[in-house]
Amino acid sequence: MKRFVAFVRKEFLHIFRDIRTLIIIFGIPVAQILIFGFVVRTDIKNAGVAIMDLSQDDVSRKLADKIISSGFFLNSGYLSSYNEIETEFRKGDTRAVIVFGENFGRNLIREGKAVMNIIADGSDPNAATLITNYTMAIVRDFNIEIAGSAFSGSGVIVPEVKMFYNPNLESHFMFVPGVITLILILICALMTSVTISREKEFGTMEVLLVSPLRPVQIILGKVTPYFLLSFINVILILLMSWIVFDLPVKGSLLLLLAETMLYILMSLSLGILISTISDTMQQAIFISFLGLMLPTIILSGFIFPLENMHQVYNLVSMIVPPRYFIIIIKNIMIKGTGLMFVWKETLAILLMTVLFISISIHKFRLRLE
Amino acid sequence: MRTILYLIRKEFIQIFRNRFISKAIFAVPIIQMLILVPAVTFEVKNIDLCIIDNDYSSESRRLINKLEGSAFFRIYFTTWSEKEANDLMHKNKCKVILNIPSGFGRELGSRKPAGLIASVDAINASVAQLSWAYLNGVISDFNRENASVATGSLLQGPPATIEVTNRYWYNEKLDYKYYMLPGILVILVTAIGFLLAGLNMVREKEIGTIEQINVTPVRKHQFIIAKMVPFLIIGLIDLALGLLIGKLTFNIPFEGSIMLLFLGATLFLIAVLGMALFVSTLSSTQQQFMFVAFFFVIVFILMSGIFTPFESMPVWAQKFDLVNPVAWLIRINRMVMLKGSTINDISTELIALSVIALSSTLFAVRRYRKTV
Repeated sequence: MKRFVAFVRKEFLHIFRDIRTLIIIFGIPVAQILIFGFVVRTDIKNAGVAIMDLSQDDVSRKLADKIISSGFFLNSGYLSSYNEIETEFRKGDTRAVIVFGENFGRNLIREGKAVMNIIADGSDPNAATLITNYTMAIVRDFNIEIAGSAFSGSGVIVPEVKMFYNPNLESHFMFVPGVITLILILICALMTSVTISREKEFGTMEVLLVSPLRPVQIILGKVTPYFLLSFINVILILLMSWIVFDLPVKGSLLLLLAETMLYILMSLSLGILISTISDTMQQAIFISFLGLMLPTIILSGFIFPLENMHQVYNLVSMIVPPRYFIIIIKNIMIKGTGLMFVWKETLAILLMTVLFISISIHKFRLRLE
Repeated sequence: MRTILYLIRKEFIQIFRNRFISKAIFAVPIIQMLILVPAVTFEVKNIDLCIIDNDYSSESRRLINKLEGSAFFRIYFTTWSEKEANDLMHKNKCKVILNIPSGFGRELGSRKPAGLIASVDAINASVAQLSWAYLNGVISDFNRENASVATGSLLQGPPATIEVTNRYWYNEKLDYKYYMLPGILVILVTAIGFLLAGLNMVREKEIGTIEQINVTPVRKHQFIIAKMVPFLIIGLIDLALGLLIGKLTFNIPFEGSIMLLFLGATLFLIAVLGMALFVSTLSSTQQQFMFVAFFFVIVFILMSGIFTPFESMPVWAQKFDLVNPVAWLIRINRMVMLKGSTINDISTELIALSVIALSSTLFAVRRYRKTV
């Protein structure tokens, strides 16, 4: 035990000796949470919309004004013929064109019906869907306004909406938990896999192995400092999401910290596993960065809701550990639920930790023989 | 010139000597692309609905039937207990709770406005807004039906309405693969190029072999160019392979000129590799470089507009994207591949990439010191 403590101290000294690395370890997660908390949002704001009004009457102008002034869009120009749409889209600043055909207002009054056309640039399907739906909702309101008198005679449903958990529809409710999940796993896996494979590449691992320390003690000794550093990181991040993003932990803070410790442990053991299968630092970095980054961004529910993906991906994402942690952290932080609601996810992360550690121990022993 | 060729040969030998890396630089992008591209979708459908029907009248049932018939909703549960409904939402089993209060049918029958409360799980704000828009659409239809029944009996025409038709250009069926494939390829090429080029250089520093180069007559720019070219070639091959396989498996359309796309990609890779080499001249260990690379690669990617709409970002972030090569290439890729934009349409993007490429390479050459 005394040897082990001395070894951990040595590892700490290694880390603290290099001030630059230390600044990076604490600075990067904090900076990234700050940047992405503000930047990453999937809703539409200020999307460029061009108007093509072939009718130029009171109704079409009023409706165009209503659409442009809704806050979702910016007017990116006026077109006068269909031929201009192609050029406008190719330049890339216009996401959709709203077309009022000839005699728009007259048709509405005389025939009780007029058609407005939305042509959206489908090369960004998400923006295209949102723009189309927002515009349709605006037209729906407009319809109710003009038909106000006709509607009043009949029974109308007046729906009222409550936005649960996130009444102001802030994007960062979705993305702060996601960014925490993404950054923790990447940083932890990178740090451990690099520090262990470095010893292997430079041959100093041999020195450690012939020392009286047992292999398990060496690995634990290497990981312990990073565990503590990551934990401090988590506390910094939670403080920031509370102070900067006004996103306090609604549920039990103790439970959240315990779950985070488990997640850090899982990420660190994933890092150990990666280091046992790579001979050089380059290889370790390649696997832990390139291998983890995109699957974590795409298959964890960080940006893309898992429910809407094809069935197959529900199975594929089972082996992506961040998927579980995102659910846990959202539940505890935002919904304020307890362990009862996340025990399955907790168990999954626990099992993965055990799995990674046992494979690593197995691989490590093989090397010694 | 011959010196550079020899140096480039040396770099290639060094890269392909490592058996893992030599396979992974081609296999990792292709495999990830094939698995991840079909996964991505923002499409919101089959929203799970929990209904609290306290009214249980023919009107409430008519509304429920209408919701069931819509392609967007799936009725997950019907209950009388508000607590049960809230529990389901906590457990993520339903996304919307629709509370139909008692007296709903009576109010409607007596032609008075009837209330209805929808609770939407809004953690994902944009999905919440869409769900609400769809729900509102169904309710509007329901209202219109009621209104035409009512006015019909009074022998009047239905109220004047504006109908909306819509079309999606370039991607009629809103296939997300068309949109994601170029983006995911760019991410992988960026990460591979940035990481490997930089690590390569720092590694020479860390194990001391850079001293051996420093004492030769190799000039600074020759050394930097020789470090850049292999990864430029690897990046372009990765891109070509990815596009070819994307074309074969997902039938991605290619409207514009391939040469134009590769011109953009070449400028982009020079910019990214120049940045990587510049950062590597500033770091002394692979660990340090790795953390800085981690920071920049993630920032470049998440701020580039690959996953999220560019206009929704705050102004300072949009300004930052002026120096973000990934943001420029994503624009070029989507415009050339999906819309068939020509060189005139993307001249701004090409000029911007050239400026970034030139300045980052110059920085790297200037910062690289042959003295210790």
